[in-house]
Amino acid sequence: MTQPATAAQKETPTSAAKSARGQEISRRLGLRWDVRSLSLLGVLVVLVAVGGITAPDEFLATSNLQLVLTQASVIGVVTVGMTFVITGGGIDLSVGAIVALASVWATTVATQEFGFAGILFTAVIVGVGCGLVNGLLIAYGRLVPFIATLAMLASARGLALQITDGSTQIVAVDSVLDLGARDAYVLGVPPLVLIFAAVTVIGWLLLNRTTFGRRTVAVGGNAEAARLAGIDVRRQRLYLYLLSGLCCGIAAFMLIVLAGSGQNTNGNLYELDAIAAAIIGGTLLSGGRGTILGSVLGVLVFTTITNIFALNNLETAVQQIAKGAIIVAAVLVQRRSMPGDA
Amino acid sequence: MARIPSTSRRALLFGTAAASAGALLTACTSNEPTNQEQATDNAPVADDKPGKAVTIGFAGPQADHGWLNAINDNAKSRAKKYSDVTLEITEGSNDIAQQIGQIQTLINKKVDVLVILPADGKALTQVGLQAMKAGIPVINLDRVFASPQAYRCWIGGDNYGMGLNAGHFIGERLKDKPNAKVVELAGLDNLELTQQRTKGFDDALKNYPNIKKVARQAADFTVESGQAKMAQLLQAQSQFDALWNHDDDQGVGALRAIDQAGRDDFLMVGGAGAKSAMDAIKADNGVLKATVLYPPTMAASAIDLARALGQGKGVGGLAEFEIPSSLTLYSAVVTKDNVDQYLPTGFK
Repeated sequence: MTQPATAAQKETPTSAAKSARGQEISRRLGLRWDVRSLSLLGVLVVLVAVGGITAPDEFLATSNLQLVLTQASVIGVVTVGMTFVITGGGIDLSVGAIVALASVWATTVATQEFGFAGILFTAVIVGVGCGLVNGLLIAYGRLVPFIATLAMLASARGLALQITDGSTQIVAVDSVLDLGARDAYVLGVPPLVLIFAAVTVIGWLLLNRTTFGRRTVAVGGNAEAARLAGIDVRRQRLYLYLLSGLCCGIAAFMLIVLAGSGQNTNGNLYELDAIAAAIIGGTLLSGGRGTILGSVLGVLVFTTITNIFALNNLETAVQQIAKGAIIVAAVLVQRRSMPGDA
Repeated sequence: MARIPSTSRRALLFGTAAASAGALLTACTSNEPTNQEQATDNAPVADDKPGKAVTIGFAGPQADHGWLNAINDNAKSRAKKYSDVTLEITEGSNDIAQQIGQIQTLINKKVDVLVILPADGKALTQVGLQAMKAGIPVINLDRVFASPQAYRCWIGGDNYGMGLNAGHFIGERLKDKPNAKVVELAGLDNLELTQQRTKGFDDALKNYPNIKKVARQAADFTVESGQAKMAQLLQAQSQFDALWNHDDDQGVGALRAIDQAGRDDFLMVGGAGAKSAMDAIKADNGVLKATVLYPPTMAASAIDLARALGQGKGVGGLAEFEIPSSLTLYSAVVTKDNVDQYLPTGFK
């Protein structure tokens, strides 16, 4: 794999020179709309057309746009964190389990007594705490990210089960529940979508406009080169897992608002959804290149597919088959439009 | 790994409080009306009086949701009720190999009777056969083994009946309404029980030609999936008259979606019998009007059957000398009128 235009490797191999120049131009324009993101946008446009034709009344309604964005927001926030980790050359398999643990810890009877602030605080702290453990184990304990986060997956789910005892913890704090109600919409935008938008914007700025972002890309592209360039690779890795944990904590709070409860089955298979969305968005699984906008588009594509199927009342089996086919198609289209970078 | 970085005293506080809350929660599930009438005839029946001591081995899947948790609690508290029963309970596991190992351990310990709720009925048939061959009778709880030779008695819920009763309840409510529309929020679609529930529901609706099922989506028994799928269903169907939701756990999420969409123009029937659903039915301030039971008390009854089997007796109220070979429980419809009776059996 070649990683054109990373901070660590200024020299670009000739085979990728063309797309590198394109990227360089878009970088100067202040946008990272590379070809992958553009083709994914195309997929999204096609999906919107399909939805508009098959279920015109329901799909094109404002309420449906609110619905799709709301359903995308929880996994979307997780995916932003995941994008950082993958860009930095790691992987976080524990995101779903962390969301589950944070959401049940934040909805215990004891936590609920502290009201809105208690729930928000606990969700975020548990998320960050798990991220800290992941980060320390990987950066300083030298565990392979796959193993460390797999272990976190198992133990966080176990702890979540132990806390709930398998029961569904209903939230009785009105101020939290009200955040998901129609009355809380700001100019027609649900608060959860606002949180998602804020996380996306901050994530984009962080990755594309700060030293932190450039260090992340450098560490993911070539850790040894990054180290020689004076970057504290281990600390950078720790930060990345902390960031992913933080995103999981925020997502857990959003999920509590959305579902009005905490359950140890929350966040089921989020790791796969988040990784899939990041990859079809154009983030390189081997690290060194990441795009927040691509990841968000990836999430929106998945959510829109689910939405269209539900509106057309298709069976689960058909949904799953079609979803798989669409993922493959999306990635193939991307490959075709980027011959120099297959 | 499971160590949580206890960064603040508050986190520690929450932790301890959470643990004690969990302990409190477990203490209040089973509460059955005591007990069967003494049979008048000659058949010796199991009653509350202490008899021959029986050791019962119990193996179930991991209690990762409310209903399974209630199954464990029901079994434990029922066993505690009898001074002549010793319960050997294994750590629940969803891993088939692990559950087979646990059951083999119980066989080696030579327990008198085994109660098995298999993680997967078909996959655990062999170990059921092993136990029967070793002379240990098996009470098969709910998920049925592939061969009747693998158990002495099967006791479980009626998924088809759940759908049937839900369909009839909705049918009776809507029978005078022309062109009535109903919507179904099913459970995990790759489980046979989901198909049975749907079939029962469809069969019941056939009796009401004015009612049409306009949409069906499958969630996966979790709150989160219930919220997501229900939100989509509400968007897809701008008007309908009734909703049947297969499972009260996912119903928590479904109710949340209904609330968020501000809809109250239909009636909803749940399934399984969670306490939160029964509370809502009792309060009668939302769309949820009924829930169809899949009673976790079956685990308590399984202990009763195992004890009767171990003592060589029949079941109180029946004339036979032995316990039956199969028992299908009734899926009662819990409404506002009878909810008080069922509330103690509701699980969290």
